[in-house]
Amino acid sequence: MPLKSSKIHLSVEDLHVGFGSQAVLQGVSFQVRRCEILVVMGESGSGKSTLLKSLIGLVEPDSGEVLYHDVNFWRSPDHVRKSIMRRSGVLYQRGALWSSMTLAENVALPLEQYTKLSARDIWELVSLKLALVGLTGAENAYPSELSGGMLKRAGLARAMALDPEILFFDEPSAGLDPVNAKLLDDLILELCDSLDTTVVVVTHELDSIYAIADNAIFLDGKEKNIIARGSPKNLLQTSQDTRVRAFLTRGGERTEGET
Amino acid sequence: MTDNAFSHTERYGAGKTPEPKFRLRSSGDGTVVLDMEGAWTMEHPLFPQVVRELDDFCRKNRVNRLQFATANLFAWDSRLITVLLHLEEVCHKRGIVFDLTGLPKGAMRLVDMATARPPTEKVDETPESGFVVEAVGRGVLAVLRDVLDFLDFLGRSTRATLRFIFGLSSFRKKDLWILIRECGVQALHIVALVNLLVGLILAFVGAVQLQQFGAQIYVANLVTISMTREMAAIMTGIIMAGRTGAAYAAHLGTMNVNEEIDALDTLGFSPVEFLVVPRIMALVLMMPLLYLYADFMGIFGGMLVAVGMLDIPFRQFMDQAGMAFSFTNLGIGLFKSVLFGFLVAMSGCFRGLRSDRSAAAVGIAATSAVVMATVAIIAADGIVAVLCNFLGI
Repeated sequence: MPLKSSKIHLSVEDLHVGFGSQAVLQGVSFQVRRCEILVVMGESGSGKSTLLKSLIGLVEPDSGEVLYHDVNFWRSPDHVRKSIMRRSGVLYQRGALWSSMTLAENVALPLEQYTKLSARDIWELVSLKLALVGLTGAENAYPSELSGGMLKRAGLARAMALDPEILFFDEPSAGLDPVNAKLLDDLILELCDSLDTTVVVVTHELDSIYAIADNAIFLDGKEKNIIARGSPKNLLQTSQDTRVRAFLTRGGERTEGET
Repeated sequence: MTDNAFSHTERYGAGKTPEPKFRLRSSGDGTVVLDMEGAWTMEHPLFPQVVRELDDFCRKNRVNRLQFATANLFAWDSRLITVLLHLEEVCHKRGIVFDLTGLPKGAMRLVDMATARPPTEKVDETPESGFVVEAVGRGVLAVLRDVLDFLDFLGRSTRATLRFIFGLSSFRKKDLWILIRECGVQALHIVALVNLLVGLILAFVGAVQLQQFGAQIYVANLVTISMTREMAAIMTGIIMAGRTGAAYAAHLGTMNVNEEIDALDTLGFSPVEFLVVPRIMALVLMMPLLYLYADFMGIFGGMLVAVGMLDIPFRQFMDQAGMAFSFTNLGIGLFKSVLFGFLVAMSGCFRGLRSDRSAAAVGIAATSAVVMATVAIIAADGIVAVLCNFLGI
């Protein structure tokens, strides 16, 4: 439903993305409201990651618009685009921490580059961010010394270094054990709620989807477009689409073996 | 025979499993029954025969249905399934009903799974290089794309370097120090060793020739001029290509794999300003120093041969070398070392940043960085030689 534009944070209109002659997304449109958690779901190969990349400036779409607060992201000059990116945070699938720097340096770098804070203030902010994700004491560790779960949390700390307005997550719980995946989900919910952050999550982990999503869009690889949208719980109850149902029920309501 | 046809002890135990046997019999109204006996497993190579005989049988008789009788089937494994699939093909071709009901339940399910293939999705294939002309065309296009990409990269790097020099951009100073240490101090021993040997070899080969004219003292000129003007810069450049250029490509390639470059991009940091400029700076600053060191080591190597083998007194060698030495040659060498440093850094960073996102691609990036840098060094040296000739220096 159309909402007042002031409340819409991110708006995607008729987005076409492709690599060479191969189209990945054809005419994708959706909106994310301020402070909402939107989950982009779909099977592997449905173009979720490509969509994310065109939202965060890594893959330029063939046509269509990406609007942040009504500012056209791809049509804007470079410095406007950079300033939008500066107000966004991205958590990559494996953390993507800069391997030649310690955790503290990773979190500090955006602060050093974009603020005029003194080294002491930066240090305090860095300690705070690392404390929020439960990594106090690991400031001087290098990324290679950390476990997968810690890497993700450190990546989250870096993504939140500049207190972004919008956070993007690429498969946040992929490769984590159920306990750590849940911890990370809770952390995302808690931090984003406290800091009033809009969140876009790309994932296919059902548990995460049900746990965190306010709203969801479902991408399909064959249609190259969104085939369902709404809150996941609602979709589960109301969607008639077999593809969506199969996804949300882990391959279909088990008909065989139930008797 | 029941479903669970055999256990491991039966299959791998001491006793040999019974030979597989089969018989085709007609059971009225066009139905043919395949009687199976013994172990239909991978150990027994009987199977092409079954398919052939069924084919023959169908040709001779009117058949519209194939059934299986497996009461005496002792054991089976995947081999049976492959045979069944062949039989199914025959039946399909001849329009015969393929009736699985007589088979063990597991085998039935496996055949079902194997034949019910969902349409596979179209996967992007690397185009086959079918025809020579096509392959050549593709190759040329790829090279052209490479050249264009490199020119683009060259432009962006130059711009970023200038921006840095004029204080418009920055990177972490700590990175620069680490890079300088890696391509400076830590390269000293290999540069020393190689250039010492080059000096030795030059002097040795030269001495053999010059001795024929009794002109062995000119070994000093030979070594001094060739080291300062050519060899020290080239050898150091090639060492740095293999050492540092490859390391840059592998490092940036791995950063690409880990999405670290994306992370820079999305934070609004330019990877060129942040990663390429410090590497160019490090090599461009360190190469001239390494070159001077290489000069010294090369001439020292020549001196060892002169003094040790040709019995030229040390003082005389030094006097002669001093006379042969010219600042013009040193200047040319210094200029070349800076140029080569730039080329090595550029090739390494270019290949690294362009690397695909896999472990194998990082290896390819490192290799092609070395190849590219080496070729670039030799080509640039040729161009400089022509220019020097043109300018008369």
